[in-house]
Amino acid sequence: MAIAQKISDGVSRRALLTGGLAGGFLIAFHLPVGAAPVNEPVQPPDDTAGKFAPNALIRIDPAGTTTLVMPQVEMGQGVYTSISMILAEELDADFAQVVLEHAPPSDKLYGNPMFGIQATGNSNSIRAWWPHLRTAGATARAMLVQAAAKQWQVDPASCTTANSEVTHKESGRTLSYGALALAASSEVPPKDVPLKDPKDFVLIGKPLKRLDTPDKTNGKAVYGIDAMLPNMKFATLKTCPVFGGKVAKVDDAAARKIPGVQKVVVSDDFVAVVGDHMWAAKKGLDALVIDWDEGPNAGLTSSDIWQDLRAASAKDGAVAKSVGDIDKGLATGDLLEAAYELPFLAHATMEPINATVHVTADACEIWTGTQVMTRVQSEAAKAAGLPVDKVIVNNHLLGGGFGRKLEADMVVKAVLIGKQVDGPVKVVWTREEDIQHDVYRPVYRDTIAATLSDGKIVGWKYRVSGSSIMARWFPAGFQKGVDIDGVDSAIDIPYDIPNLHVEFVRAEPKAVPTGFWRGVGPNNNVFAIECFMDELAKKAGKDPVDFRRGMLAKTPRFLAALNLAAEKSGWGEKLPARVGRGVSVQPSFASFIATVVEAEIDEQGEVKLRRVTCAVDTGIAVNPDTVMAQLEGGLIFGLTAALYGEVTIDKGRVQQSNFNDYRMLRIDQAPRIEVHVIKSGEAPGGIGETGVTAGPPALRNAIYAATGVALRRLPIDRTLLAVGRKS
Amino acid sequence: MATTLTINGEPKSFDAPADMPLLWVLRDILGMTGTKFGCGIAQCGACTVHVDGKPVRSCMLPVGLVQNRAVTTIEGVGATPVGAKVQKAWLDLEVIQCGYCQSGQIMSAAALLAATPNPDDSDIDAAMAGNICRCGTYVRIRAAIKKAASQRQS
Repeated sequence: MAIAQKISDGVSRRALLTGGLAGGFLIAFHLPVGAAPVNEPVQPPDDTAGKFAPNALIRIDPAGTTTLVMPQVEMGQGVYTSISMILAEELDADFAQVVLEHAPPSDKLYGNPMFGIQATGNSNSIRAWWPHLRTAGATARAMLVQAAAKQWQVDPASCTTANSEVTHKESGRTLSYGALALAASSEVPPKDVPLKDPKDFVLIGKPLKRLDTPDKTNGKAVYGIDAMLPNMKFATLKTCPVFGGKVAKVDDAAARKIPGVQKVVVSDDFVAVVGDHMWAAKKGLDALVIDWDEGPNAGLTSSDIWQDLRAASAKDGAVAKSVGDIDKGLATGDLLEAAYELPFLAHATMEPINATVHVTADACEIWTGTQVMTRVQSEAAKAAGLPVDKVIVNNHLLGGGFGRKLEADMVVKAVLIGKQVDGPVKVVWTREEDIQHDVYRPVYRDTIAATLSDGKIVGWKYRVSGSSIMARWFPAGFQKGVDIDGVDSAIDIPYDIPNLHVEFVRAEPKAVPTGFWRGVGPNNNVFAIECFMDELAKKAGKDPVDFRRGMLAKTPRFLAALNLAAEKSGWGEKLPARVGRGVSVQPSFASFIATVVEAEIDEQGEVKLRRVTCAVDTGIAVNPDTVMAQLEGGLIFGLTAALYGEVTIDKGRVQQSNFNDYRMLRIDQAPRIEVHVIKSGEAPGGIGETGVTAGPPALRNAIYAATGVALRRLPIDRTLLAVGRKS
Repeated sequence: MATTLTINGEPKSFDAPADMPLLWVLRDILGMTGTKFGCGIAQCGACTVHVDGKPVRSCMLPVGLVQNRAVTTIEGVGATPVGAKVQKAWLDLEVIQCGYCQSGQIMSAAALLAATPNPDDSDIDAAMAGNICRCGTYVRIRAAIKKAASQRQS
C-alpha cells in the first residue's frame, strides 16, 4: 500500500462532513457568498501534507482528527457508519471523533473491489470492502505503533492501542494518534499485517448509532437536490412522452412572458425551462406548446411487450447451469409446470432525479447524489465535450438510490442544459418526469418445469427471460448469452436438486429502457422459485416449510434460518379463515434468509398485511441494528411492489405519473415486522436488497394458503382473490 | 409581490409571486433546503411544514395565502419541546435511512403530538398516512412516536 497517496485528482471541492461531539455529523463549512443562500460545503484542495495518510481512506492530522474517506455512497443503507466501524475497529480509532468525507471520483483509489469501478450496488459494499478496510485500518495502526515504539525505543509488540492512542504499559507512556501523525508518515507500512481476532472486536457487531442521521432530523443534511450556489438558476424539463420520440417544434411565446423565466432550452428529445426558481421554471414549462415527433414507438402498448416476451420465452435459452441429467430428471415422477411474470417498475426515489451543473468553455462541475461517481464524470465529460480531468463531481447524500442512480442520464441532460446557461443551474425532474422517464426494472417471464418423487424434487428446469441489464451496464457480466445478474439466485438455488438446468433468454423490451432496481436479478428469481416451491409442496401433499426442510440438509445455514423463522412466526398455529402464512427462503447477496408473511384477504380480495417474521444469517453483522433496519425497510419496499407496483405502456408512453397512480404502501398498511439476526462468525454477506427480494413470494404464498389461488404474476390481482372468483 | 412571513420565529421578507408554493419560497428563495420536494401534488408529505402550528403540504400552498402567518420548518421545529422530543426519539430508535422524507415525517409527528399527546395506533395512522417513506421506516416511525409520547412533557 503506497504511503500518502493523494486522494484528490485535482478535485477542488467536496462535501466535507465533520464529526462533532459524540459522533455528531456536521457540515464543516458554510461559506456565505453575497446574499444568495449557499449551503455547499467548500473545501480547500485535499492536501495530505502534514497529515498521516497511509492510504486513500484514512487521514490523521496532528490535532488528532481522523478523517475517513467513504468509497461507497450513503443512500440510506447505513454504509457510511458500517465502513467507518470497520476502519476504526482495526485502526483502534476513537469512533466518537471520526470525521467522514465523500470520496471524489477515482476508480483507481475508490473502485469497488467486486466491480472494479466506483459503484455502490448489488448489496456488496461490506462484502467487497471487508478485507480491504480491515487491512487499511490495521496497516495504519501498525505504522502508528512503529512510530511510537521508535520514539520510546521499545519493541512495537509491547505496545497496545485503543481510542486513538498508543500505550506502552510497562513504562506507563501514552501518545495520541495526533501526536504520532507526522512520525507515522515516515514509517514503512508492514506487509501482511495481522488482523484482529473477531473475538476482540470492540465496534464490529455492536448496534452503534449511525453517523449520518442526526443531521437528517434537523434539515442540515445536504442531498444533491439541496445544492445551492451563488447566482444559481433553476430548471425543469419535459422529455418526449413517447420513448424514442423527438422535439418537432416549440412555441415558447407564452412561457417567456412568465415572470422569472430566463431561458428555454430545446434539445433533441427534451425541452427545459430555466428560471429564477423552480416555480418559474415549472410554470414556464407548462406554458410551452410543444409538437413532438413521436417516432416509431407511438403505437406501442404493454400487451405488445408481453406478447414479444412470451414468444421469446418459448425458445431455448443459453445454459447458465446444468447439473445431473435434466432429461432423465424430468422423466422421473410427477411433472408440474408454471410460468411467472413480473412487470416494469419505476424506482421513485423520494428525492426526485436532479443534478446541478456549472458548465463553462473549459470546465464542468457537478453536484449530485450518485451511485456511480466515475461514470457520471466520464458521461458528463462526453456531454460537455471536455476531457475527463476537466470535470469535477461533488457527491452528496442520496435521497434513495434503489439502482436509479447507477445511471448517469440525468447528469448528461443537466450538462446539455448547463451548456446553454451562464452560471450554475440546478435541474430538477418533476415527479411526473421522474416516473415517466425512468430506467425501468425489466419485465420478466420465468418458466419452470419440475418433477416430484417421494416428496422431493428430482428434475428442475428453469428458464428466465428478460432484459440483460449487464450487457449494457457492465458487459463483462453478460457472456455466452447469460446475464449473471439475470440468473442470480436461480443458479444457486438453496435446495438440493439432483438434476437442475437453468437457462437465460435475452429478450429486450421494445423501446423501454431498463436498468437495475433494488433487489435486481434475485427479485425475479426468488419470486418464481419460491412461488413454485409452494405449488410443488401442495402437489406433494406437504407443508411448505417441511417440504423445503427436506431439501436443505446440505445447507445448514438455510435450514437454521428457516427453522427460526418458522418458530418465531408461529408457523403451523391455527389461523382464522382467509388468513394465511407464506414462507420464502433465499440465497441472495450471500445472506441466508427465511421469511414468513401473515396476511388476510377480505371478501373483495383486498390484502391486509398482518405480520412479517424474518430470520437472517448474514455472517458477521457489522452493525446488527442496521441489518434489522434494512430488512424492515426492504420488506416494505418489496411488499409495496407486490401490492401496487406496475408501470404500463400505452401509445408509446408510460401511463403512471405520480404517487396518486403509482402507489406506495403507507404507514396504515404496514405490518408488524420482526427481524431475528442469527449470530455468525462467517464473513459478512449483503443486506441492503435482501428484504425487497424476501417479501413478495412470502406474501404470495400467504395468499395461496389463505385462498387457494395460485397467483403467478405481480402486482397482486385483487379480482382473482374476491370471494366467488376463481383464477 | 413583497411578502412577509414569520419563519421559525424570525420575520422574513422577500419578493415572490402570490401563487408560488411556499415550498419553493423556502427552498429556492430563502435557501432553507431542509423542507423537501417529493411530488408537487400533496401526495407524499415530504414538504410538510407547520403554519400556525398545523401541518400543511407546502408544495401546494400558495405563499400569498400565508402572509403574516407563523411558519415552522424542520430547521426550527427542534426549538419546540414536542419537536425536540420527536427528533430525539427518531435518533434513539434509529428511524432514519436515506432521510429524505424524514423532515416531513418529523413535522407531521410533531403536529400530531402537539394536538394529541398520547396517540393510539389509529391516531398515528390518520396523522402519518400522508407521509410516504420509500425506505419503509414505518415500523420505527410508529415506535418513535409512541416513545416520544411517553417522555414526560417538558
